[in-house]
Amino acid sequence: MPIISVRDLVVEYDGRRVLDGLNLDIEHGETMVLLGGSGSGKSTLLRQIIGLERPKSGSVVVKGTDITRCSQPELKQIRLSIGVAFQSAALFNSLTVEDNVALPLREHTRLVPSIVDLVVWMKLAAVGLADFGKLLPQALSGGMKKRAAVARALALGPEILVLDEPSAGLDPIVAAELDELILLLKDAFQVTVIVVTHELPSAFRIADRIAMLYRGSFSAVGTKEEIKATQDPRVRQFLDRIPENIAKTPAVTAYFEKYMGSEEAYR
Amino acid sequence: MANLLENVGKGTIEHLDYVGSLDIQLWATLRAMKRVLPFVGNRYRWQASVRQMMEIGVDAMPMVSLMAICTGFILAMQGASELRRFGAIQYVIDLVAVGFTRELGPLLTAIAASGRSGSAFAAEIGTMKVTEELDSLRVMALEPVEFVLAPKYLAALISVPCLSVIANLFGIVAGGLFMFFSTRLAPSVYFHSVLRSITLRDVITGLIKSVVFATIIAHVGCLEGFRVRGGPDSVGRSTTSAVVKSTFLVIVADAVFTTIFYFTGKP
Repeated sequence: MPIISVRDLVVEYDGRRVLDGLNLDIEHGETMVLLGGSGSGKSTLLRQIIGLERPKSGSVVVKGTDITRCSQPELKQIRLSIGVAFQSAALFNSLTVEDNVALPLREHTRLVPSIVDLVVWMKLAAVGLADFGKLLPQALSGGMKKRAAVARALALGPEILVLDEPSAGLDPIVAAELDELILLLKDAFQVTVIVVTHELPSAFRIADRIAMLYRGSFSAVGTKEEIKATQDPRVRQFLDRIPENIAKTPAVTAYFEKYMGSEEAYR
Repeated sequence: MANLLENVGKGTIEHLDYVGSLDIQLWATLRAMKRVLPFVGNRYRWQASVRQMMEIGVDAMPMVSLMAICTGFILAMQGASELRRFGAIQYVIDLVAVGFTRELGPLLTAIAASGRSGSAFAAEIGTMKVTEELDSLRVMALEPVEFVLAPKYLAALISVPCLSVIANLFGIVAGGLFMFFSTRLAPSVYFHSVLRSITLRDVITGLIKSVVFATIIAHVGCLEGFRVRGGPDSVGRSTTSAVVKSTFLVIVADAVFTTIFYFTGKP
């Protein structure tokens, strides 16, 4: 039984369909990468998986509970088993790094302060930030902030680790270090990892399977090898970095046909 | 005509939506309040609330005191210039004492708190929203209303009435200084007259107003923060909007309460 099962998921914002009947199963212990260009709907799918938004229709079943229809206490229980590191890291700027990591432990456990400190140190050590716990987030570099966010996401020992654009905005070396860290943490903590990214090297380094999103639908789902071998033109366009002709979008075509009689005018 | 009706309808719906959101937020906060209280609640919330009290109350004391002194002088001078003509300069004491206790103390404090703290609430929560910190709280199974809003509300409920009492004292002292310098009235006589002119009801009605103003300032400021959409520019807009709306609502509430107290008071 998959740990996460997405069925016929439809999401609309102001009548605009962003996710169009998605189906996806994520198995225990695998690393699933949601790959796609900007605006393809991958972050929206992520927000559905972690229960931050409710869909127009369809279901998201996490550990046997449909989080689109469950009660708030049930959703809270599910959330305790999911660790999320956001794209912006989303650390609390008024708290030190170790207080950020300690926050979920203080809120959801009855551990004595010395044990909380120990767990915090372990989580920070796991991401290579053991010496930086006393600093405020603004004193950290971009890569360190992301690692601190991962440490916080791991604080409660989640079964599912969700990473939103972990390597976005980082230089290639730091991004590669973060990829290795994700692989290490997956092995060390035996977690299911879901990563949203549009960075191809990262995706192919860390993924067990890749789900490729294109305008709210999956254009391909498969192993790294299957995705590399696919001949789907939209996947190939993304993998081969072929630019889209923006003047050929339906809106632009319709505009020129309406006002200039023909689309020849802009050729 | 159709456009006018459409705009009126749209505006009405938007305002009703805003009032409805304030109501929902108020009830959610009241439900969460027991977890902010000392001894029975979560000690981290209470600590957060104490920090907020320092910011809303202690840090605002110099400004509120100075505003009250200036207003006390102005009120006494304006009153004296008219009452002197009728040989009734002694009524300046009643004017300042009753005016401050019932009206000016709570109102001045509310305007100062709205400008300082209401805007700060909107900016803080708005920034948390933009930087995904609120989402981060939700995925850690922590409710932003309990974590962010309730400590601010409790702090405002305690600090604003305290500030209001301080404003009353400074305003009345300023009136006493004016009377001393303009009529050589002994301070002891002045304060004796003050105590004779104000009643317990005046103090209580002033405090009731302060509590209502604190509720308006905290909830409008926080709601404006929660309603931030988009990027950092919308945080600036929400901050301005928090000050404008809370000041407006404070004055409307003042008018309503003054009317109620006027018609329910002894003749």
